[in-house]
Amino acid sequence: MMLNILIDDKKIEAEEGKNLLQACLDNGIYIPNLCHVKDMAHPQASCRLCFVEIEGEKKPVPSCSVTVREGMRVKTDTPSVRRLQRSAFHLLLSRHFIECKVCPANRKCELQKIAKFLKVGLKSNYPLLLPKAVLETGKQETDESHPIFNYYPNRCVLCGLCIHVCRTTHGIALLTFAKRGIDTVISFYGEEDVSRLPGDKCLACVNICPVSAITLKSLS
Amino acid sequence: MAHEEILSEQEAIEKDIRSRVAAFEKARGNLIPILQMIQEKQAYLPPEAINTVAAHLEIPVCEVYGVATFYNQFRFHPPGRHPVKVCMGTACHVKAGDVILENFERKLEIREGQTTPDREFSIERVACVGCCALAPVALIGDTVHGHMAPSKVEGLLLRIRIEKEKAEREKVRGER
Ligand code: SF4
Ligand code: SF4
Ligand code: FES
Ligand code: FES
Repeated sequence: MMLNILIDDKKIEAEEGKNLLQACLDNGIYIPNLCHVKDMAHPQASCRLCFVEIEGEKKPVPSCSVTVREGMRVKTDTPSVRRLQRSAFHLLLSRHFIECKVCPANRKCELQKIAKFLKVGLKSNYPLLLPKAVLETGKQETDESHPIFNYYPNRCVLCGLCIHVCRTTHGIALLTFAKRGIDTVISFYGEEDVSRLPGDKCLACVNICPVSAITLKSLS
Repeated sequence: MAHEEILSEQEAIEKDIRSRVAAFEKARGNLIPILQMIQEKQAYLPPEAINTVAAHLEIPVCEVYGVATFYNQFRFHPPGRHPVKVCMGTACHVKAGDVILENFERKLEIREGQTTPDREFSIERVACVGCCALAPVALIGDTVHGHMAPSKVEGLLLRIRIEKEKAEREKVRGER
Protein backbone atom coordinates (compact mmCIF):
# COMPACT_ATOMS: atom_id res chain seq x y z
CA MET A 1 0.00 0.00 0.00
CA MET A 2 1.24 3.50 -0.78
CA LEU A 3 1.22 6.10 1.99
CA ASN A 4 1.17 9.87 1.57
CA ILE A 5 3.72 11.85 3.45
CA LEU A 6 4.82 15.46 3.44
CA ILE A 7 8.50 16.29 3.40
CA ASP A 8 9.44 19.99 3.57
CA ASP A 9 6.05 20.86 2.00
CA LYS A 10 6.63 18.38 -0.83
CA LYS A 11 4.06 15.59 -1.16
CA ILE A 12 5.57 12.18 -1.74
CA GLU A 13 4.27 8.64 -1.82
CA ALA A 14 6.06 5.86 -0.02
CA GLU A 15 5.40 2.19 0.29
CA GLU A 16 4.16 0.93 3.64
CA GLY A 17 6.96 -0.42 5.82
CA LYS A 18 9.58 1.68 4.09
CA ASN A 19 12.26 3.48 5.96
CA LEU A 20 11.85 7.26 6.01
CA LEU A 21 15.41 8.07 4.95
CA GLN A 22 15.14 5.74 1.96
CA ALA A 23 11.74 7.21 0.99
CA CYS A 24 13.29 10.70 0.95
CA LEU A 25 16.34 9.62 -1.03
CA ASP A 26 14.15 7.79 -3.56
CA ASN A 27 12.22 11.01 -4.10
CA GLY A 28 15.28 13.16 -4.66
CA ILE A 29 15.29 14.69 -1.19
CA TYR A 30 18.82 14.41 0.16
CA ILE A 31 19.48 13.86 3.85
CA PRO A 32 23.12 13.42 4.89
CA ASN A 33 23.82 9.79 5.82
CA LEU A 34 26.78 7.45 6.09
CA CYS A 35 25.74 4.23 7.78
CA HIS A 36 22.59 3.46 5.84
CA VAL A 37 22.13 1.08 2.94
CA LYS A 38 18.97 0.24 1.08
CA ASP A 39 16.99 -2.62 2.57
CA MET A 40 19.09 -3.02 5.68
CA ALA A 41 16.92 -5.02 8.04
CA HIS A 42 18.19 -3.40 11.23
CA PRO A 43 19.56 0.10 10.71
CA GLN A 44 22.62 0.65 12.88
CA ALA A 45 21.87 4.38 13.17
CA SER A 46 25.45 4.99 14.22
CA CYS A 47 26.57 8.01 12.21
CA ARG A 48 23.88 10.35 13.61
CA LEU A 49 23.78 12.44 10.44
CA CYS A 50 20.32 11.68 9.09
CA PHE A 51 18.29 13.65 11.64
CA VAL A 52 14.87 15.09 10.71
CA GLU A 53 12.02 16.64 12.67
CA ILE A 54 8.67 14.89 12.60
CA GLU A 55 5.53 16.79 13.54
CA GLY A 56 4.27 15.64 16.91
CA GLU A 57 7.65 14.45 18.14
CA LYS A 58 9.57 16.55 20.61
CA LYS A 59 13.08 15.93 19.41
CA PRO A 60 14.73 15.36 16.02
CA VAL A 61 15.16 11.66 15.19
CA PRO A 62 17.52 9.74 12.89
CA SER A 63 15.38 9.18 9.79
CA CYS A 64 17.01 5.83 8.99
CA SER A 65 15.43 4.32 12.06
CA VAL A 66 11.87 5.54 11.37
CA THR A 67 9.22 3.71 9.34
CA VAL A 68 6.90 5.87 7.23
CA ARG A 69 3.36 6.48 8.49
CA GLU A 70 0.30 7.80 6.65
CA GLY A 71 0.06 11.60 6.85
CA MET A 72 3.50 12.02 8.36
CA ARG A 73 4.88 15.58 8.21
CA VAL A 74 8.62 15.82 8.13
CA LYS A 75 11.12 18.71 8.08
CA THR A 76 14.65 18.00 6.96
CA ASP A 77 16.22 21.43 7.31
CA THR A 78 15.27 23.06 10.61
CA PRO A 79 17.95 24.87 12.63
CA SER A 80 18.03 22.15 15.29
CA VAL A 81 18.41 19.43 12.66
CA ARG A 82 21.32 21.28 11.11
CA ARG A 83 22.92 21.91 14.48
CA LEU A 84 22.84 18.19 15.31
CA GLN A 85 24.13 17.23 11.90
CA ARG A 86 27.00 19.68 12.03
CA SER A 87 28.11 18.50 15.47
CA ALA A 88 27.88 14.84 14.47
CA PHE A 89 29.85 15.59 11.33
CA HIS A 90 32.57 17.45 13.17
CA LEU A 91 32.86 14.66 15.72
CA LEU A 92 33.39 12.24 12.86
CA LEU A 93 36.03 14.49 11.38
CA SER A 94 37.87 14.76 14.68
CA ARG A 95 39.32 11.30 14.09
CA HIS A 96 39.65 11.62 10.35
CA PHE A 97 42.96 12.24 8.63
CA ILE A 98 42.43 14.84 5.93
CA GLU A 99 44.58 14.68 2.81
CA CYS A 100 42.05 15.11 0.03
CA LYS A 101 44.57 15.91 -2.68
CA VAL A 102 46.20 12.49 -2.55
CA CYS A 103 43.21 10.54 -1.26
CA PRO A 104 41.72 7.89 -3.54
CA ALA A 105 38.24 9.06 -2.47
CA ASN A 106 38.82 12.62 -3.63
CA ARG A 107 35.82 13.99 -5.55
CA LYS A 108 33.66 10.93 -4.94
CA CYS A 109 33.98 11.20 -1.18
CA GLU A 110 30.83 11.20 0.95
CA LEU A 111 32.48 13.46 3.53
CA GLN A 112 33.20 16.12 0.92
CA LYS A 113 29.64 15.84 -0.31
CA ILE A 114 28.20 16.18 3.19
CA ALA A 115 30.51 19.09 4.05
CA LYS A 116 29.31 20.93 1.00
CA PHE A 117 25.68 20.17 1.77
CA LEU A 118 25.99 21.30 5.40
CA LYS A 119 28.05 24.32 4.32
CA VAL A 120 30.91 23.49 6.67
CA GLY A 121 34.61 22.88 6.15
CA LEU A 122 36.41 19.57 6.53
CA LYS A 123 38.44 20.84 9.45
CA SER A 124 36.92 19.62 12.70
CA ASN A 125 35.80 22.13 15.32
CA TYR A 126 36.85 19.60 17.94
CA PRO A 127 40.39 18.75 19.01
CA LEU A 128 41.85 16.07 16.76
CA LEU A 129 41.80 12.62 18.31
CA LEU A 130 44.28 11.00 15.96
CA PRO A 131 47.07 8.82 17.40
CA LYS A 132 50.12 10.74 18.56
CA ALA A 133 52.40 9.19 15.97
CA VAL A 134 50.04 10.33 13.21
CA LEU A 135 49.97 13.90 14.49
CA GLU A 136 53.75 13.97 14.91
CA THR A 137 54.72 12.45 11.58
CA GLY A 138 51.82 13.83 9.56
CA LYS A 139 51.44 10.37 8.06
CA GLN A 140 48.38 8.21 8.57
CA GLU A 141 48.49 4.57 9.64
CA THR A 142 48.03 1.72 7.19
CA ASP A 143 47.04 -1.81 8.08
CA GLU A 144 48.74 -3.98 5.50
CA SER A 145 48.04 -7.33 7.16
CA HIS A 146 45.60 -8.46 4.48
CA PRO A 147 47.16 -9.97 1.35
CA ILE A 148 44.90 -8.13 -1.08
CA PHE A 149 43.53 -5.07 0.69
CA ASN A 150 45.02 -2.17 2.59
CA TYR A 151 43.02 -0.59 5.38
CA TYR A 152 43.38 3.02 6.54
CA PRO A 153 42.10 3.33 10.12
CA ASN A 154 42.50 7.11 10.29
CA ARG A 155 40.36 7.56 7.22
CA CYS A 156 37.66 5.04 8.14
CA VAL A 157 34.43 6.58 9.47
CA LEU A 158 33.30 3.29 11.05
CA CYS A 159 30.03 3.31 9.14
CA GLY A 160 30.04 -0.51 9.11
CA LEU A 161 28.89 -0.72 5.49
CA CYS A 162 31.80 -3.01 4.56
CA ILE A 163 30.81 -5.53 7.23
CA HIS A 164 27.18 -5.36 6.16
CA VAL A 165 27.88 -5.86 2.47
CA CYS A 166 30.28 -8.72 3.17
CA ARG A 167 27.71 -10.47 5.30
CA THR A 168 24.93 -10.08 2.76
CA THR A 169 27.20 -11.22 -0.09
CA HIS A 170 28.84 -14.23 1.56
CA GLY A 171 26.48 -15.20 4.36
CA ILE A 172 29.19 -14.46 6.92
CA ALA A 173 31.30 -11.36 7.40
CA LEU A 174 35.02 -11.78 6.79
CA LEU A 175 35.74 -8.48 8.48
CA THR A 176 34.69 -7.07 11.80
CA PHE A 177 34.81 -4.15 14.19
CA ALA A 178 37.69 -4.66 16.60
CA LYS A 179 38.70 -2.90 19.82
CA ARG A 180 36.41 -0.20 21.12
CA GLY A 181 35.79 3.44 21.85
CA ILE A 182 38.25 5.78 20.23
CA ASP A 183 40.44 2.80 19.25
CA THR A 184 37.75 1.03 17.21
CA VAL A 185 38.92 -0.22 13.82
CA ILE A 186 37.85 -2.58 11.07
CA SER A 187 39.85 -5.80 11.10
CA PHE A 188 40.31 -8.69 8.68
CA TYR A 189 41.86 -10.77 11.43
CA GLY A 190 42.19 -14.47 10.61
CA GLU A 191 41.06 -14.01 7.03
CA GLU A 192 44.54 -13.49 5.66
CA ASP A 193 44.63 -16.96 4.14
CA VAL A 194 44.44 -16.15 0.42
CA SER A 195 43.13 -19.57 -0.55
CA ARG A 196 39.94 -18.94 1.41
CA LEU A 197 39.34 -15.47 0.09
CA PRO A 198 36.92 -14.33 -2.53
CA GLY A 199 39.87 -11.98 -3.08
CA ASP A 200 39.86 -9.64 -6.03
CA LYS A 201 36.85 -11.45 -7.45
CA CYS A 202 34.73 -9.81 -4.77
CA LEU A 203 35.43 -6.18 -4.11
CA ALA A 204 32.16 -5.47 -2.33
CA CYS A 205 33.81 -3.84 0.70
CA VAL A 206 36.14 -1.74 -1.44
CA ASN A 207 33.29 -0.54 -3.60
CA ILE A 208 30.87 0.32 -0.82
CA CYS A 209 33.30 2.25 1.39
CA PRO A 210 32.25 5.92 1.26
CA VAL A 211 35.78 7.18 1.96
CA SER A 212 38.05 4.57 0.30
CA ALA A 213 39.38 3.35 3.64
CA ILE A 214 39.74 -0.12 2.12
CA THR A 215 41.68 -0.17 -1.13
CA LEU A 216 43.16 -2.81 -3.38
CA LYS A 217 46.85 -3.25 -2.57
CA SER A 218 47.73 -3.58 -6.23
CA LEU A 219 46.35 -0.09 -6.86
CA SER A 220 47.90 1.73 -3.90
CA MET B 1 66.93 -30.29 22.53
CA ALA B 2 65.74 -27.32 24.53
CA HIS B 3 63.96 -26.06 21.47
CA GLU B 4 62.20 -29.38 20.95
CA GLU B 5 61.18 -29.43 24.58
CA ILE B 6 59.55 -26.03 24.24
CA LEU B 7 57.77 -27.22 21.10
CA SER B 8 56.37 -30.35 22.68
CA GLU B 9 55.32 -28.38 25.74
CA GLN B 10 53.56 -25.95 23.41
CA GLU B 11 51.81 -28.84 21.69
CA ALA B 12 50.66 -30.26 24.98
CA ILE B 13 49.16 -26.90 25.95
CA GLU B 14 47.39 -26.60 22.62
CA LYS B 15 45.99 -30.12 22.95
CA ASP B 16 44.78 -29.35 26.43
CA ILE B 17 43.08 -26.16 25.22
CA ARG B 18 41.45 -28.01 22.32
CA SER B 19 39.94 -30.63 24.59
CA ARG B 20 38.73 -28.02 27.08
CA VAL B 21 37.13 -25.96 24.30
CA ALA B 22 35.46 -29.10 22.92
CA ALA B 23 33.81 -29.65 26.30
CA PHE B 24 31.84 -26.39 25.97
CA GLU B 25 28.41 -26.51 24.42
CA LYS B 26 28.41 -25.08 20.87
CA ALA B 27 26.53 -21.91 21.81
CA ARG B 28 27.55 -18.37 20.92
CA GLY B 29 26.88 -17.34 24.50
CA ASN B 30 29.86 -19.48 25.50
CA LEU B 31 32.30 -17.35 23.52
CA ILE B 32 33.42 -15.16 26.40
CA PRO B 33 33.60 -17.95 29.01
CA ILE B 34 35.77 -19.97 26.58
CA LEU B 35 38.08 -17.02 25.95
CA GLN B 36 38.37 -16.44 29.69
CA MET B 37 39.26 -20.09 30.23
CA ILE B 38 42.04 -19.90 27.62
CA GLN B 39 43.44 -16.69 28.99
CA GLU B 40 43.49 -18.20 32.46
CA LYS B 41 45.40 -21.27 31.22
CA GLN B 42 47.79 -19.51 28.88
CA ALA B 43 47.85 -15.93 30.15
CA TYR B 44 46.97 -14.73 26.63
CA LEU B 45 44.97 -15.70 23.55
CA PRO B 46 47.31 -17.19 20.96
CA PRO B 47 46.14 -17.17 17.31
CA GLU B 48 45.79 -20.98 17.31
CA ALA B 49 43.40 -20.79 20.24
CA ILE B 50 41.30 -18.13 18.50
CA ASN B 51 41.04 -20.43 15.47
CA THR B 52 40.07 -23.37 17.69
CA VAL B 53 37.28 -21.34 19.29
CA ALA B 54 35.96 -20.12 15.93
CA ALA B 55 35.91 -23.65 14.54
CA HIS B 56 34.17 -25.01 17.62
CA LEU B 57 31.45 -22.35 17.70
CA GLU B 58 31.25 -22.29 13.88
CA ILE B 59 31.65 -18.53 13.63
CA PRO B 60 34.20 -16.53 11.62
CA VAL B 61 37.66 -16.15 13.14
CA CYS B 62 37.44 -12.39 12.82
CA GLU B 63 34.25 -12.35 14.85
CA VAL B 64 36.02 -14.05 17.75
CA TYR B 65 38.82 -11.52 17.44
CA GLY B 66 36.37 -8.61 17.27
CA VAL B 67 34.64 -9.69 20.47
CA ALA B 68 37.91 -10.44 22.27
CA THR B 69 39.48 -7.08 21.42
CA PHE B 70 36.40 -5.30 22.74
CA TYR B 71 37.35 -6.28 26.28
CA ASN B 72 40.43 -4.96 28.04
CA GLN B 73 40.87 -8.20 29.96
CA PHE B 74 42.14 -10.16 26.96
CA ARG B 75 45.75 -10.16 25.83
CA PHE B 76 47.03 -11.18 22.42
CA HIS B 77 50.70 -11.40 23.27
CA PRO B 78 52.35 -13.59 25.88
CA PRO B 79 53.19 -11.53 28.97
CA GLY B 80 56.88 -10.80 29.44
CA ARG B 81 58.89 -12.12 32.38
CA HIS B 82 58.71 -8.57 33.74
CA PRO B 83 55.27 -7.22 32.91
CA VAL B 84 55.22 -3.43 33.08
CA LYS B 85 51.86 -2.06 34.15
CA VAL B 86 51.37 1.67 33.86
CA CYS B 87 48.52 3.12 35.88
CA MET B 88 46.01 5.15 33.93
CA GLY B 89 43.61 5.71 36.80
CA THR B 90 42.28 9.21 37.34
CA ALA B 91 45.00 10.40 39.71
CA CYS B 92 47.80 8.98 37.55
CA HIS B 93 46.17 10.29 34.41
CA VAL B 94 46.11 13.78 35.87
CA LYS B 95 49.80 13.44 36.77
CA ALA B 96 50.62 12.58 33.15
CA GLY B 97 50.65 8.79 33.38
CA ASP B 98 50.42 8.74 29.60
CA VAL B 99 53.87 10.32 29.37
CA ILE B 100 55.26 7.49 31.55
CA LEU B 101 53.54 4.94 29.34
CA GLU B 102 54.94 6.53 26.24
CA ASN B 103 58.42 6.45 27.74
CA PHE B 104 58.24 2.74 28.46
CA GLU B 105 56.94 2.19 24.94
CA ARG B 106 59.81 4.11 23.43
CA LYS B 107 62.55 2.59 25.58
CA LEU B 108 61.31 -0.97 25.01
CA GLU B 109 60.40 -0.31 21.38
CA ILE B 110 57.00 -1.95 21.75
CA ARG B 111 53.48 -0.60 22.09
CA GLU B 112 51.10 -1.08 24.97
CA GLY B 113 49.66 -4.62 24.78
CA GLN B 114 52.84 -6.00 23.22
CA THR B 115 55.82 -8.03 24.39
CA THR B 116 59.50 -7.56 23.53
CA PRO B 117 60.86 -10.22 21.12
CA ASP B 118 63.04 -11.69 23.90
CA ARG B 119 59.89 -11.95 26.05
CA GLU B 120 61.59 -10.07 28.87
CA PHE B 121 59.12 -7.15 29.04
CA SER B 122 55.52 -6.48 28.16
CA ILE B 123 53.54 -3.29 28.65
CA GLU B 124 49.96 -2.79 29.60
CA ARG B 125 47.84 0.00 30.98
CA VAL B 126 45.87 -0.68 34.12
CA ALA B 127 43.19 1.15 36.09
CA CYS B 128 43.88 2.59 39.55
CA VAL B 129 46.21 0.29 41.47
CA GLY B 130 45.23 1.81 44.79
CA CYS B 131 48.10 4.08 45.73
CA CYS B 132 46.99 7.34 44.17
CA ALA B 133 49.06 9.37 46.64
CA LEU B 134 52.12 8.06 44.80
CA ALA B 135 50.84 9.06 41.36
CA PRO B 136 51.99 8.56 38.71
CA VAL B 137 52.48 4.89 39.40
CA ALA B 138 53.96 2.01 37.42
CA LEU B 139 54.38 -1.65 38.36
CA ILE B 140 57.18 -3.84 37.13
CA GLY B 141 56.31 -7.38 38.06
CA ASP B 142 54.83 -6.97 41.55
CA THR B 143 56.97 -4.03 42.55
CA VAL B 144 55.22 -0.69 42.78
CA HIS B 145 57.18 2.33 41.59
CA GLY B 146 55.59 5.56 42.79
CA HIS B 147 56.23 9.16 41.79
CA MET B 148 57.35 7.95 38.41
CA ALA B 149 59.16 10.34 36.15
CA PRO B 150 60.16 9.88 32.54
CA SER B 151 63.79 10.04 33.62
CA LYS B 152 63.35 7.04 35.94
CA VAL B 153 62.22 4.66 33.22
CA GLU B 154 65.61 3.98 31.72
CA GLY B 155 67.20 3.28 35.10
CA LEU B 156 64.51 0.81 36.17
CA LEU B 157 64.83 -1.19 32.98
CA LEU B 158 68.60 -1.11 33.13
CA ARG B 159 68.60 -2.46 36.68
CA ILE B 160 66.49 -5.45 35.67
CA ARG B 161 68.74 -6.17 32.71
CA ILE B 162 71.88 -5.96 34.84
CA GLU B 163 70.38 -8.26 37.45
CA LYS B 164 69.52 -10.76 34.75
CA GLU B 165 73.05 -10.70 33.37
CA LYS B 166 74.48 -11.14 36.84
CA ALA B 167 72.22 -14.13 37.50
CA GLU B 168 73.26 -15.68 34.20
CA ARG B 169 76.92 -15.20 34.93
CA GLU B 170 76.49 -16.81 38.32
CA LYS B 171 74.66 -19.71 36.75
CA VAL B 172 77.49 -20.29 34.32
CA ARG B 173 80.00 -20.12 37.14
CA GLY B 174 77.94 -22.57 39.20
CA GLU B 175 77.87 -25.03 36.32
CA ARG B 176 81.60 -24.95 35.90
S1 SF4 C 1 38.13 10.56 2.73
FE1 SF4 C 1 37.28 12.37 1.73
S2 SF4 C 1 37.56 14.03 3.20
FE2 SF4 C 1 38.89 12.36 3.83
S3 SF4 C 1 40.86 12.82 2.88
FE3 SF4 C 1 39.75 11.45 1.49
S4 SF4 C 1 38.71 12.84 0.07
FE4 SF4 C 1 39.33 14.08 1.83
S1 SF4 D 1 36.25 0.75 6.01
FE1 SF4 D 1 34.89 2.13 4.88
S2 SF4 D 1 32.94 1.02 4.76
FE2 SF4 D 1 34.14 0.03 6.37
S3 SF4 D 1 33.53 1.04 8.27
FE3 SF4 D 1 35.34 2.13 7.52
S4 SF4 D 1 34.50 3.82 6.31
FE4 SF4 D 1 32.83 2.35 6.56
S1 FES E 1 22.21 7.03 8.28
FE1 FES E 1 20.94 7.28 9.98
S2 FES E 1 22.30 7.34 11.63
FE2 FES E 1 23.62 6.91 9.93
S1 FES F 1 45.05 6.34 39.82
FE1 FES F 1 46.98 5.39 39.69
S2 FES F 1 47.13 4.51 41.64
FE2 FES F 1 45.15 5.36 41.73
